[in-house]
Amino acid sequence: MNLTQKNLTREQCFEQLLLGKTVKSTGWLENIRVEALAHARILNFPSVRHDDWRFTDLSQLYLHGFQPVDSFARLTLDDIRQWLIPGAIRLVFVDGCYAAELSDLKHAGAGVVVTSLAERLGDRQVESSFGRYAPYKQDAFVALNTNFFEDGSWVHVTGEVARPIQLLHVASKREVSSAIYSRNMVVVEPFSRATVIEDYVGLEGGTYFTNAVTEVVLKNDAQLQHIRVQREDKDAFHIGHCTVEAGKNSVYAATSLAFGARVSRHALHIVQQGEGAEMHLNGLALVAGRQIADTHTQVDHAAPRGKSIQLHKCIADSSAHAIFSGKIIVHTGAAGTDSVQSSRNLLLSDKARIDTQPQLEIFNDDVSCKHGATIGQIDAGALFFLKSRGLTEERARNLLTHAFAAEIIDKIPVPALVESLSKTILERMGGLST
Amino acid sequence: MINKASKVLLEVKNLKAEVGGVEILKGVDLTVRAGEVHAIMGINGSGKSTFSKVLAGHPDYTVTGGQASFEGQDLFSLEPEQRARAGIFLAFQYPVEIPGVSNSALLRLAYNTLQTERGLEELDPLEFDDLIQEKIKVVEMDPSFLGRSVNEGFSGGEKKRNEILQMAVLAPKLAILDETDSGLDIDALRIVAKGVNSLLSSDNAVVMVTHYQRLLNYIVPDYVHVMDGGRIVRTGGKELALELEARGYDWLRAAA
Repeated sequence: MNLTQKNLTREQCFEQLLLGKTVKSTGWLENIRVEALAHARILNFPSVRHDDWRFTDLSQLYLHGFQPVDSFARLTLDDIRQWLIPGAIRLVFVDGCYAAELSDLKHAGAGVVVTSLAERLGDRQVESSFGRYAPYKQDAFVALNTNFFEDGSWVHVTGEVARPIQLLHVASKREVSSAIYSRNMVVVEPFSRATVIEDYVGLEGGTYFTNAVTEVVLKNDAQLQHIRVQREDKDAFHIGHCTVEAGKNSVYAATSLAFGARVSRHALHIVQQGEGAEMHLNGLALVAGRQIADTHTQVDHAAPRGKSIQLHKCIADSSAHAIFSGKIIVHTGAAGTDSVQSSRNLLLSDKARIDTQPQLEIFNDDVSCKHGATIGQIDAGALFFLKSRGLTEERARNLLTHAFAAEIIDKIPVPALVESLSKTILERMGGLST
Repeated sequence: MINKASKVLLEVKNLKAEVGGVEILKGVDLTVRAGEVHAIMGINGSGKSTFSKVLAGHPDYTVTGGQASFEGQDLFSLEPEQRARAGIFLAFQYPVEIPGVSNSALLRLAYNTLQTERGLEELDPLEFDDLIQEKIKVVEMDPSFLGRSVNEGFSGGEKKRNEILQMAVLAPKLAILDETDSGLDIDALRIVAKGVNSLLSSDNAVVMVTHYQRLLNYIVPDYVHVMDGGRIVRTGGKELALELEARGYDWLRAAA
């Protein structure tokens, strides 16, 4: 059976993915792959009856029969130039395959190893970390990724790395709907520090499904700026999962952005394993047309004196749908936890929809947890003010929308990326205002 | 400066307007010529603030009768932004805070929009910076305010000065100052007034809406109008303001 036609059922779509190209590996990884595939078969795709998926309509995804990527698409630097961050250490993957000729590792000197994961499978560090964090026994997408991924990034930080590290995952334009598996593993050793940018992009005009899994380990006193940009092409599907384990006194600062794809979902799960860990989570989903963007975050405060500060924003125009679910769990023993979560949302049209679901579960006294959510429209007073200064309605709305987004974007400590994202937002809004 | 021969900028006849179904303006007449300074005074609820907002095109207010023309053009056929481009400027009573939009970016965007409208060259950020460095002197503003978000975290006085800075940059033909003096201490009032005075010329005009005579010590009006019950009930020279200060508004109401 090889289904390439559209209008499959959920089960058919899943079966088709299970037919994906078998990636041969040896030893420890092969065992994980086999286990993952077995769990994938049991888990199957989630339906909307699944509590974690009840707002997320995946029916558009299920219509497609995604084919494995069986040939390497040769791209040039010109094809991807618009996404490059000058001065960055860069790994590039095309349809999940490592593209050495597009990567730039000349700045990866002392203090960091940045390589293709497949080239590094013999490394004891890789073996001891890989698959330990990603829930491939609980999540069907993670299980599929774990079985079918061909390559990915390995980032091992052992010092202070000033230059940003960009992990650029490019989907090439293909004739058939393709399943693309992206994988990243980031380990930051004690007292080390780095900035990692996971960037998902697509060349115009293809239908594809990116299934991305990232594992991050912060050892004691490690620091990571982790920026995740999902700016896939408009007909793409994107399901991502990131698990972070944060050690004692570590600092994890994340920004996750969802601009692209027809349907996207990103789940970020952070476990504060060591005491005194600190994290700052910023997120932004900007959707229009009939896009669906879902962001799920879960923070487990599992050790004393942890701190988490989270701000997530959704902007939805036309008939788009944005979802945010943010769960914060303070476990027994996590005394002195300090947590603030804020969800702020902007509806730009009567037909757009935003679901936001902050959840706090506290199994401990002596904690400070605050959360709040707001949903609003463009402020009429501000709109009139800008018009009274000569700006057209469209210009004024775009400016205010951009300003709402800028609060998240401007905090990204990579100026070249901020500039490029600002441009992306303005382009998307050009499409929004029609 | 009154010059009966100068061009009529604004002509309002029997203007009626309502908000939320309640009629506030009940027949306002006003003519403003280039070079003139007008003050519109009145108690709270007299309709003076409504009048300024209606002229600028605030969407909460509905014009139900009468006419208003600006340089011969029907004002009510124009959107707020078209009125701004035609040369009308409203300094807000309660300036709006806009987080995420820098003061300088907004000023440049607004300035360039008007430049384009006037068939003039847009300024790039560097050229605009030269212009703005000159203009901020008008309101004695610290340059650091340019990089900050519009009005965010500004004090009451700083917000009002920022309105006058916008006026200085946009160089309107008709500036309507809606209670620009409210909430200002005496030093801020002096700075704001000095800024407005420095922008006055024989080609433009100012309409000040105010509750108090105090502002008029600094920006001397050619005409003082008293508004009550949605109409202008008395017009006089600057001495009328002093009389109001001394006697209050009640005697006018009794007379009306």
